[in-house]
Amino acid sequence: MDPQTRRRLDSTLFIIGFFVLWELLCWIFNVSDIVLPKPSQIIVTLIERWPALWPHTVQTLYTTLIGFAFGIIIGVLLGMLVGSSRLAYDVAYPLLIGFATIPKVAVVPIFVLWFGAGTVPAVLTAMIMSVFPIVVNVATGLATTEPELEDVMKALHASKLDILWNVGLPRTMPYFFASLKVAVTLAFVGTVISETVASNRGIGNVMMIASSNFEVPLVFAGLLILAIMGVALYAIFSLIEGRVTGWAHRKDDFAMG
Amino acid sequence: MTAARHSDYYVELEGVTLTYGRDDKRVNALGLTDLRLKQGDFVALVGPSGCGKSTILKLVTGLIKATTGYVYVAGREVGAEPVRVGMAFQNPTMLPWLSVRDNVMMPLKIVPPFRAQYRSKRKTEFRDRAEALLKEVGLANFGDKHPWQLSGGMLQRASLCRALVHEPQLLMLDEPFGALDQFTREELWAIMQELWMKLRPTVLLVTHDLKEAGYLANRICVMRARPGQIIDDAEVQFPRPRTIEMSYTPDFVGMTQRLRELIVSAKPSQEAA
Repeated sequence: MDPQTRRRLDSTLFIIGFFVLWELLCWIFNVSDIVLPKPSQIIVTLIERWPALWPHTVQTLYTTLIGFAFGIIIGVLLGMLVGSSRLAYDVAYPLLIGFATIPKVAVVPIFVLWFGAGTVPAVLTAMIMSVFPIVVNVATGLATTEPELEDVMKALHASKLDILWNVGLPRTMPYFFASLKVAVTLAFVGTVISETVASNRGIGNVMMIASSNFEVPLVFAGLLILAIMGVALYAIFSLIEGRVTGWAHRKDDFAMG
Repeated sequence: MTAARHSDYYVELEGVTLTYGRDDKRVNALGLTDLRLKQGDFVALVGPSGCGKSTILKLVTGLIKATTGYVYVAGREVGAEPVRVGMAFQNPTMLPWLSVRDNVMMPLKIVPPFRAQYRSKRKTEFRDRAEALLKEVGLANFGDKHPWQLSGGMLQRASLCRALVHEPQLLMLDEPFGALDQFTREELWAIMQELWMKLRPTVLLVTHDLKEAGYLANRICVMRARPGQIIDDAEVQFPRPRTIEMSYTPDFVGMTQRLRELIVSAKPSQEAA
């Protein structure tokens, strides 16, 4: 067996083992469903309630993706500004850090006040959750561009835009994709926070109602759906990252492509 | 002062000085300096580190401005009219996300008049031009590779190609062979000489290596440090094409010894100043 397959098999076994252990411990200590449901029970609930759950899943997914898309656009633009201008850096960083520190739950009611309950506050919360890591990483990537690389372009009398386009941005790509992986999981957090507080749709709302009815297995089923969507999107962005920024990892299959 | 002037020289530094910082933190990077290069000339600047050799390159390319004095290129004040400049540094500074060929073609993407045709000729004429240059420096078939797949010597060859691909009128070499082993270095001197004799750009070479200066240059200017100043300017008489064997002849050795003594004897003034 080649080491690559071996590694994958090992990690898969450990993950399955984690759930098996969970199941066993619940059996051994006879843990009540209301405290901690067994994985098998969560999956059964998930399957039984799927017809009712999937519209909410779709709602949460598309809310998150729209919020995330806006987050990327704003994050990249802000990051470019902050990373290439000293003044913008000095002004924007304290503001950004201050903003990032605010608990987003506290912001949701304001959004609801402005736009009403439902999808819009959820999209906005997903967006502001995902903006911060993107801005920071894009700005860092641009600000740490090696001066030698810029000198090559300056010697050719390249304009600032040429340098940004041909050196700054490509060099920032690994930073950007690293931030996307973090940002997409944060976007889910944002959506669910908002759905929990102010919406009648989405997984967050389902979990809210389920927990107030003591349907704990359904709450966990909701968590499972969120976790799966998070992992799936993380994996997608990892894959794109590998394709686009293989040079940063010196991958030979990148060089072939 | 942007009007064209009549001059026999392609590059002229007239009474140039350069100081960094201000008040008591002032650093005199370059003392009163005059330097003139004919079109198609090959001039080497040698001297101890920190003597302002690279500063002169940056002045001529317009990357920095002189504190006093004038820098003229092609009869105009530097920067007034874009002159095609090629540059190679000690560090090959290849962009790691581009293939070697795309790295070499970068100047064509940036510099007019090639810039306007880059989209249409990127896969035909420009590509062939880059490949032809790569072949000349011994990198045929390496165009598709990425920089990290090449050795330091190979990268430096590619860097020379990038400096020459847009047929620069002015070539600035800032210790481009400094980080290479001796055999690679000597091989690249031969390639450099060949390319220069073929394309005849005006070259300014900064180097620590007196043998390199003697092998490549028509003229060698010796500089001393603090403040940087040219203290000697001598023609190199050996015929072209020069060979490594030539560098072992008594005349050549005598010349490098004279240069060496000049540099060493200029040193004490560094402490005095």
